[in-house]
Amino acid sequence: MSEVAEPGMEMSRVPAPEWAGEEPLVFELGGDLERGPREVRTGVADRPLAELLPGVALRATPAPIPAVPEPVLARHLGRLARRNHNLHQGIYPLGSCTMKYNPAVDEELARLAGFADIHPYQDAGDVQGALELMWELERLLCEITGMTRISLQPAAGAHGEWTGLRMIQAYHAARGDTQRTRVLIPDSAHGTNPASAALAGLEVVTIRSNPDGTVDVADVARHLDRRAAAIMMTNPNTLGVFEKDILEIAGMAHEAGALLYYDGANLNALVGLARPGDMGFDVVHLNLHKTFSTPHGGGGPGSGPVGVAEALTPFLPTPTVARDGDRFRLDHDHPQSIGKVRSYYGNFGMLVRAYAYIRAYGSSISAVAENAVLNARYLQSRLGGTFPMAVTSDSMHEFVATTKGGRVVGLRALDVAKRLLDYGVYAPTAYFPTTVPEALMFEPTETESKRSLDLLAEVCAAIVAEAERDLDHVRGAPYLTPVSRVDEVEAARRPVLRWRRAE
Amino acid sequence: MAYLPNGADERRQMLEAIGAASVEELFATVPERLRHPQLTLPEPLAEQDLVTELERLAGRTHPLGSLDSFLGAGVYRRYVPAIVRAAIARPEFYTAYTPYQAEASQGTLQTIFEFQSMICELTGMDVANASLYDGATAAAEGVMMAVAQTGRRRVVAAADLHPETLAVIRTYGRGRGVEVATTDDVSTSIGAGDACAVVALPGFLGTVEELAPVAQAARAVGAISICSADPIACALVAPPGDLGFDITVGDGQPLGVPPSFGGPHVGFMAVRQELMRRMPGRLVGLTHDRHGRRAYALTLQAREQHIRRERATSNICTNHALTALAATVYMARMGGAGMRRVAEISVQRAHALAGRLSALDGFELAEPARPYLWEFALLVPGDADDFARAMRRQGIVAGLPLGRFDPDRREQLLVCCTETSTPASLDRYVEAASRFAGPVEVNR
Ligand SMILES: Cc1ncc(COP(=O)(O)O)c(C=O)c1O
Repeated sequence: MSEVAEPGMEMSRVPAPEWAGEEPLVFELGGDLERGPREVRTGVADRPLAELLPGVALRATPAPIPAVPEPVLARHLGRLARRNHNLHQGIYPLGSCTMKYNPAVDEELARLAGFADIHPYQDAGDVQGALELMWELERLLCEITGMTRISLQPAAGAHGEWTGLRMIQAYHAARGDTQRTRVLIPDSAHGTNPASAALAGLEVVTIRSNPDGTVDVADVARHLDRRAAAIMMTNPNTLGVFEKDILEIAGMAHEAGALLYYDGANLNALVGLARPGDMGFDVVHLNLHKTFSTPHGGGGPGSGPVGVAEALTPFLPTPTVARDGDRFRLDHDHPQSIGKVRSYYGNFGMLVRAYAYIRAYGSSISAVAENAVLNARYLQSRLGGTFPMAVTSDSMHEFVATTKGGRVVGLRALDVAKRLLDYGVYAPTAYFPTTVPEALMFEPTETESKRSLDLLAEVCAAIVAEAERDLDHVRGAPYLTPVSRVDEVEAARRPVLRWRRAE
Repeated sequence: MAYLPNGADERRQMLEAIGAASVEELFATVPERLRHPQLTLPEPLAEQDLVTELERLAGRTHPLGSLDSFLGAGVYRRYVPAIVRAAIARPEFYTAYTPYQAEASQGTLQTIFEFQSMICELTGMDVANASLYDGATAAAEGVMMAVAQTGRRRVVAAADLHPETLAVIRTYGRGRGVEVATTDDVSTSIGAGDACAVVALPGFLGTVEELAPVAQAARAVGAISICSADPIACALVAPPGDLGFDITVGDGQPLGVPPSFGGPHVGFMAVRQELMRRMPGRLVGLTHDRHGRRAYALTLQAREQHIRRERATSNICTNHALTALAATVYMARMGGAGMRRVAEISVQRAHALAGRLSALDGFELAEPARPYLWEFALLVPGDADDFARAMRRQGIVAGLPLGRFDPDRREQLLVCCTETSTPASLDRYVEAASRFAGPVEVNR
């Protein structure tokens, strides 16, 4: 018997008012505009500000932000928290996003004063433990990726992509190879790939994919000329399929003088089991907020370290961490560096979490990939009768289903996505990759139990069965979320991007 | 195994359902010679051993709280109300994804809308985005916006921009052939061929200049004016929006985010209405649900990489939502008045310390004619690195020696006070420094 109840059918189940109603904005909670919380005394002989800041224009009145009393603010945040799906509530099967469970201990560790309360400009002697952690993390990530060195600076995946492409440009420029201004990017690639190329000042050449989702090798060959700076690839690709011709493509690229870039968003399929460095990739970025389980935070902060092969090490962002015997220091001596890509040394708080995560698995880290692929393949097999699959080839840690050509004509990916929310399940990634119509991309990750996967499969089956009976009902979803279907057209047509005091 | 819920039985059942004989079979598409590299990785650690190992590393640093610290220079130790940490430690917030499915993400969406609104109030601008990585990349994104808006490729930047910010602007600019010139007088240097003027509030040395003329001069030549502002400064002095700037960027770290060795912090950007559609990153808008209730959603996404690909306004995808939440809670708890009070305390303490130090023989302000907020460049007797080292031996981080940024400032230290610099720590600073006081024979 199915364990899945069918929600949203009877109005008596409409949730309680404070959950269903509108939550006031922080400006509407009645805080004090004139005074902040009780303050400490200056403790020095105060002088008039006009005397201390001669000629400086001061605000006539405080910025109109109310100081909300703590008990009121606490409830506001508590009610808002209830309006969020999250990993402690249910599965988050977002393809390409690797929403795995974030270990509780990692959060505690990152908050240790020895990590959180240190300043980037303290003397090296005062921050040895932090530098050692960064140095060790770089070694671990090099080992896992097969790269020579890794910069921990980039703040997210896209930032790592742009950093990597800047290094590729610097590499070609240093060889006097200045006509290489193009990047080959598969049509199924994530949007950040072409956007990062454009930000770096490179021209994007789109490469076709085969019916099975893999890169068309002949199309790659056609565009590998003297203008090609690099090929950007995701492997397994955004359909979850391993690029089986990767060694051939790497050979072709290098033969033509181009470099091979690895978008590491999908490393969770391979971590510990195969290395981008061994596949011939010259530059690799990782998303620590995916494979290495730093929490996604509602949209960051993440961390996007970027690794390079030997030939590109001179171009790494500055500074790097160096070791002299048992002392660690920041090394600013990189005359060919592309420069600084952000302030200071990286999202250190995320580096602490990722380091802890890797040390917990250590030499058993391949269990992550094995279980991620096992979970995804199992879920896919359970969904086989519910949705058509976008490609027939074997996928790895994620797979793309579609509602197109399925049992219910007119059922859209969006409708399935919204109806899933009623069951306390977050929707898979919808409409990505853009090469697949009505795409639903599932990535369960290794931290879901079989029971959780079974439930998700049953919910999906229930939704399709419901759509067969009553498509309109599915199209009206969601019913049980704190708000019903949100009007995104209105949001875009009349943008209201901030609260304003009534005139 | 660490964080894996399925046991051997479940895995066997799952393999059966798939129709595979082994997990290895699931990796058949990976060429044999790539599989199972020999990795040198340490033994797995039990949680308890993991804590021991990380506590060992954390024990090999000296946190600011264990010292009398007068380090600032862009990263500030400000008091963080406990409710800020309590909020960002909630799994409902920290384990959520980017709020693409609006109906199941109203919590995150509303807090971002509140962040955008409060950043606008603080900076005096029309529209703010959901966050960027940090202050330095926010400034670089602002410059890229100006380049796109004006079609020009030269940037005039104040020489007293934070060195990290200037360095990052240069790195972003280089790929796109954008030239960056620095000057002490931006308003007279900006010309008709320039994309933008970039100035800081306050400057790297803590000083405040008259900035309204920069915004006017930029406007007069059709360039964009950008101000990189400290948010706490914006609570005290006339904010960039009131001074006529087109774009305000900055780092929200002082708003409830710990120093964390330089990251993660949170970049913010706020602009005039006319520049809204050129903004990088996410924007949350107010709209309604089917029942007409207020609801929030990501909006104007046609600017972004997932829709526009190589023609997007930026490549940013993941931003710094959780640290923006910390800033949101901080601003809401402190209010505009509370933040202004924090700024005032910092100003009073910095000026008191500066007064007492410059009364010592051999110590004086390096920029005596320029008004400053809570940081000041201090001339010390002899080499500032030596002085800082000697002070450190007494448990005092006396400031940032400036020689590494400017060889002409080798005898200067950038000293910072905040509301966490207690009066007793000021006394200890003066007491320790007085031992270095005496007739100056160093050649200045
Ligand atoms: C395949 C792929 N590439 C790149 C990115 C960009 O990473 P980030 O969001 O960290 O910038 C993502 C994730 O969003 C992704 O899924």
